[in-house]
Amino acid sequence: MHLAVLFPGARGTSVRDDPGAGSQIEFAAFEHLARTAERGLFDFLLLADELRPREHGDHVHDPDAAGGPEPLTVLNALSTVTRHLGLAAEAGTSHTEPFEIARGFATLDHLSGGRAAWSAVASSDAADDQNFRRGGHLERPEHYVRAAESVAAARQLWDSWTPDGTPRPFAHRGRYFDIAGEFTLPRSPQGHPVVMARTGGSDEGREFAASSADVLLTRHRPPDAGGALRTDLGRRLARYGRDPDDLKVMPAATVVLGDTAAEAHERSAEIRRRQVSPRAALRTLERVWGVDLTSTRHSFVGTPGEVAAGMESLVARGAADGFVLVPHLVPGGLDEFVDRVVPLLRERGAFRTAYEGATLRSHLGLDAPVWKG
Amino acid sequence: MTTSHGRRRLHLAAALDRPSVYDAGAYLAAARLAELGALDFVTLDDCLARPGPDAPSVLARVAPVTRRVGLVPTLTTTHTESLRVQAAVATLDWVSRGRAGWRIGVSTTEGEARLFGRRPAASADVLWREAGEAADVAARLWDSRETVPRPPQGHPVRVVDASAGPARAVAARYADVALVRTAHPERAAAARADLRASAAAHGRDPDGLRVLAALDVDLGAGEYGAHPGHGGGPRPTPRGPLYRGGPVDLAELIARWHREGTVDGFHLTPVEPDRDLERLVNGTVPLLQHRGLFRTFYPGSTLRDHLGLARPANRYAVARGAS
Repeated sequence: MHLAVLFPGARGTSVRDDPGAGSQIEFAAFEHLARTAERGLFDFLLLADELRPREHGDHVHDPDAAGGPEPLTVLNALSTVTRHLGLAAEAGTSHTEPFEIARGFATLDHLSGGRAAWSAVASSDAADDQNFRRGGHLERPEHYVRAAESVAAARQLWDSWTPDGTPRPFAHRGRYFDIAGEFTLPRSPQGHPVVMARTGGSDEGREFAASSADVLLTRHRPPDAGGALRTDLGRRLARYGRDPDDLKVMPAATVVLGDTAAEAHERSAEIRRRQVSPRAALRTLERVWGVDLTSTRHSFVGTPGEVAAGMESLVARGAADGFVLVPHLVPGGLDEFVDRVVPLLRERGAFRTAYEGATLRSHLGLDAPVWKG
Repeated sequence: MTTSHGRRRLHLAAALDRPSVYDAGAYLAAARLAELGALDFVTLDDCLARPGPDAPSVLARVAPVTRRVGLVPTLTTTHTESLRVQAAVATLDWVSRGRAGWRIGVSTTEGEARLFGRRPAASADVLWREAGEAADVAARLWDSRETVPRPPQGHPVRVVDASAGPARAVAARYADVALVRTAHPERAAAARADLRASAAAHGRDPDGLRVLAALDVDLGAGEYGAHPGHGGGPRPTPRGPLYRGGPVDLAELIARWHREGTVDGFHLTPVEPDRDLERLVNGTVPLLQHRGLFRTFYPGSTLRDHLGLARPANRYAVARGAS
């Protein structure tokens, strides 16, 4: 089983009026969450990208587009205070050029010793967010075509130097990008940073993940639906000459614990009652996961034993490879899970007892990509 | 700006640039060394036309293992969204707890333009006008945040290499620190006077602008200079002004330019990164400290504190009734 945590962001869904809620911009908050995740031997921490170019579309709903942290800057600082934890950030492909993205994540991979991951976000304008709100059926396919080309161009840049570290020129000419020159970095410790895709479940989103990504971030589904998704992805992966294991499926999950099942359900109801977030906060998570997490049920509610059993069962049935936890509180919202659930997952033999490798690819069981000079 | 003795405070900064180094270790060691020397800040250049990592990323990596030294990466405004540039600088200010600066750069070559494929190369005049706009927009965005507070310094420190014409206008208007690359003290003094006058013409307090002489330094010549004939001063070279000599001579040069009021301090780029930074910190700096010209510890915690620059008021604070 693979485990990750999403930092919900400055405008995320956390319960702000809780006495345990702290600053969501100070580095100490990120550091606490990252250290907790590493203590729990998590695969990675994921930062949402809340920065929005103002010139695209109207953003009256989001007047503070400029105020969020820049994810790569945070992750590079976190790489100093962690040793094993994978460090993932979203970067949109609609308004950012492949060279900039490829350079940013390759730098992080070098500086962190092979722990970088890029969550390639296909859409980042208001219209698409509205589409996600309606359940992901109206995602505009061309955004995924552009995203796939962006990933392909980035991989070309990452492979452009020879394995012995000699710079060589690259040239990429496609439907969306026409670029050439010399990349500024040698191949990074992971070969390529891990690439993640997220989708609300649309056909185009699944195709993008199957063609381009190592990890699929998706919404939580009941076991049967999760199994069906895996079957569908397996068919798509085969068309690209890839094995089902080459794409890890990690749904977002919210967890509410209690000493008894009744207490856990009480807490779940209480959290949902207080989690009446501003629209902008709702939108952040909709954008990330293609579903409004705050109005749906929590994914796992129960005693630590029940939650561990539920998670293990989903993975054992092939419905998911692991979970991306979305804490209700920043920065302390992961502590209880790490202290109470992770040990039980370990007892069941469902989760690692030590980091076995140094890179995120090794945590995820992903092979290093073959160099394609 | 001035001490009680009427003499200006001396400011010292050093470049961490080193070719073909992509992992973190050497940058971490160099930044720690600069902090041992109580330097105001370190810079890391970022040129898309040469191999090298992303500079703000490297200094974000450095931030948690340092406590006081200012961190000033180059960020270019030509091919990057200004929204992202200001966010990266503000975030560096958060992760360093108020030690971030931003050396504003432009990308002038066709080769750099082809890397991005989003626009053709443009003239330095056009690009520096854009860079000025980006510097202005960044400060407005830092002030305008509604759901998150301003960065710890209010405005992270903006640094501009003001040696060339179009950049000097941007420096006079927006920079907190201007760098002047010249081997001649009288030209450095003239540039400083020019920058201060232009800043005043833009309605700024000229004392809110620090002007540092930017020199390459080659301290490989032993304790004293190997070139006794050259008078101890820097020389112009095709790469820029180069000081070559020993750490003691360099201290003498710094003290002289400082005594004569030529500049507010120095930004020094080691020619041989490991050797020259070590000699600067362990050779030149103690001599300046011994003569009472340079701090022996950091009395403040932010880069603005080190530079003696006030935290700027929020331009929207009056309207909103908050800071």
